[in-house]
Amino acid sequence: MSKWFDPRSTFGMLLIAAVLIALPFVAALGGQAWVRIVNFAILYIFLALGLNIVVGYAGLLDLGYVAFYAVGAYTYALLASPHFGLHWPFWVILPLGAALACVFGVLLGSPTLKLRGDYLAIVTLGFGEIVRIFMNNLNAPINITNGPQGITLIDPVAIGDLRFSGTSQILGISLSGPQKYYFLLLALAILVIVINQRLQNSRIGRAWQAIREDEIAAKAVGINTRNLKLLAFAMGASFGGVAGGVFSAMQGFVSPESFSLIESIMILAMVVLGGMGHIPGVILGAVLLTVLPEVLRYGVGPLQMALFGKMLIDPESLRMLIFGLALVLVMRFKPAGLWPSPERKRELSEKRTGAA
Amino acid sequence: MLEVTGLRVAYGGIQAVRSITFHVNEGEMVALIGANGAGKTSTLKAIARVLDAAGGDVHFCGEKITRIAPHDVIRQGIALVPEGRGVFPRLTVAENLAMGAFVRNDAVDIEKDLKMVFGYFPRLKEREAQLAGTLSGGEQQMLAIGRALMSRPRMLLLDEPSMGLAPIMVQKIFEVIRAVAAQGMTILLIEQNAKLALETSQRGYVMESGEITLHGAAGDLLNDPKVRAAYLGE
Repeated sequence: MSKWFDPRSTFGMLLIAAVLIALPFVAALGGQAWVRIVNFAILYIFLALGLNIVVGYAGLLDLGYVAFYAVGAYTYALLASPHFGLHWPFWVILPLGAALACVFGVLLGSPTLKLRGDYLAIVTLGFGEIVRIFMNNLNAPINITNGPQGITLIDPVAIGDLRFSGTSQILGISLSGPQKYYFLLLALAILVIVINQRLQNSRIGRAWQAIREDEIAAKAVGINTRNLKLLAFAMGASFGGVAGGVFSAMQGFVSPESFSLIESIMILAMVVLGGMGHIPGVILGAVLLTVLPEVLRYGVGPLQMALFGKMLIDPESLRMLIFGLALVLVMRFKPAGLWPSPERKRELSEKRTGAA
Repeated sequence: MLEVTGLRVAYGGIQAVRSITFHVNEGEMVALIGANGAGKTSTLKAIARVLDAAGGDVHFCGEKITRIAPHDVIRQGIALVPEGRGVFPRLTVAENLAMGAFVRNDAVDIEKDLKMVFGYFPRLKEREAQLAGTLSGGEQQMLAIGRALMSRPRMLLLDEPSMGLAPIMVQKIFEVIRAVAAQGMTILLIEQNAKLALETSQRGYVMESGEITLHGAAGDLLNDPKVRAAYLGE
């Protein structure tokens, strides 16, 4: 961190808080769409930090993370929509969704305890697809998930009389729906950051590190590798479940389409691109990978018009091209991620100089 | 102290260890020697519970440990120094040593033992803040032994501590092993370097294709014509 700005000082904290509070109002100047984009960035921070526990801390490559997100989202959708006529409050469903996702995490974790690396990736990938296909097909013989049509008219989050959909006045300030969700998401994100931070420096965090480095040696020093791997899966999955619930409420609609493999890959890319196992890095990765495609969506068209006076390439295909290129370049020139942890950085530099 | 009776280890249908019986007395250093693939490492892994035994029993201090959980082995007082060293490469030397004391929570004594390990291996003290993966092979072996000592074990299982090391490094490592043994540590040592192992130990067992074919006092084995022919290159 540079010298002129220390985020741990009182001034730094206040500045960050001020920016975070002002953000939804500044974003709203560009339209509510930008507030929604910011919201999604925070939602992905949440998801990426959940996955960071599994991949970054415990070193378990999970390509089916989106399954837990789906479990949370569908739990919320089914218990707070006209589909079953249930309208439970969100503070009941959110923990329930987290618990259910946690169960699914253990369910995925237990048969894969002996697998590592590529093999684990394949099994988790399969698991993610199984969950999605179940959501897609559980509309017959009994209609549970409403199949590919998805579930609509999901209740928004409501605290007392304050409903998060539509605009309302709080302390004389007019807050739009997305702006209210922003503050809810922000609170949840701060919670998950604190938990990540605490875990990292705990006995559990060190045990995860050891398992990631060498499983036999980890057993030899007395680490219960089975339970700790299950714990990593369960914790990561719970965060996925909470994120899914908020997603459901915010969108008012879920369908299996939202939980495809590409989602899992994107979340993993956020973790890897930002800096595996390093909280600020993962946050940066999540923000970049959510905001960059949107900036390209709105920016590429006008830029072409300004440069060439006409549309040479369809903005939509150019967007993915630039996005892919950015990923390749980052991994080529910053293999430890954009903002790696100091240890990881040191390791790579030691390797380069060939210290023995 | 350690009693192994009729131990068998199998990988699928292949028997790596066929019913071996041996023991290690308290305060004793015993060498298990044999060629590549004789089943030495499998034996050690089965004792440390990294592998499941296919049959037979292991008793430690009178207690049966054949089926205990792998992470409980160290709580019984047995510390394994794995084959190929098995340090945590992306943790620093100090962090690796701290992991050795994972099952302990007596901070004051841990600090003492750390000083002891640094006493045995001054090189580790110099490299305290360095990542273990960047150490030389010999230093990693020192670290692996140091980490095992950090659990304050009653018995050490050493899997080929000389493997892949320069002769000068092997000398240094074995000096420390002798020093640790002189403090009264019980040690089971597995080695391909039969001469070195037998010169260091009190007793020895010779393993061949999963069976123990010879055993006796280390000095006798060193002079045994069969051992000399097969393992000492004479």
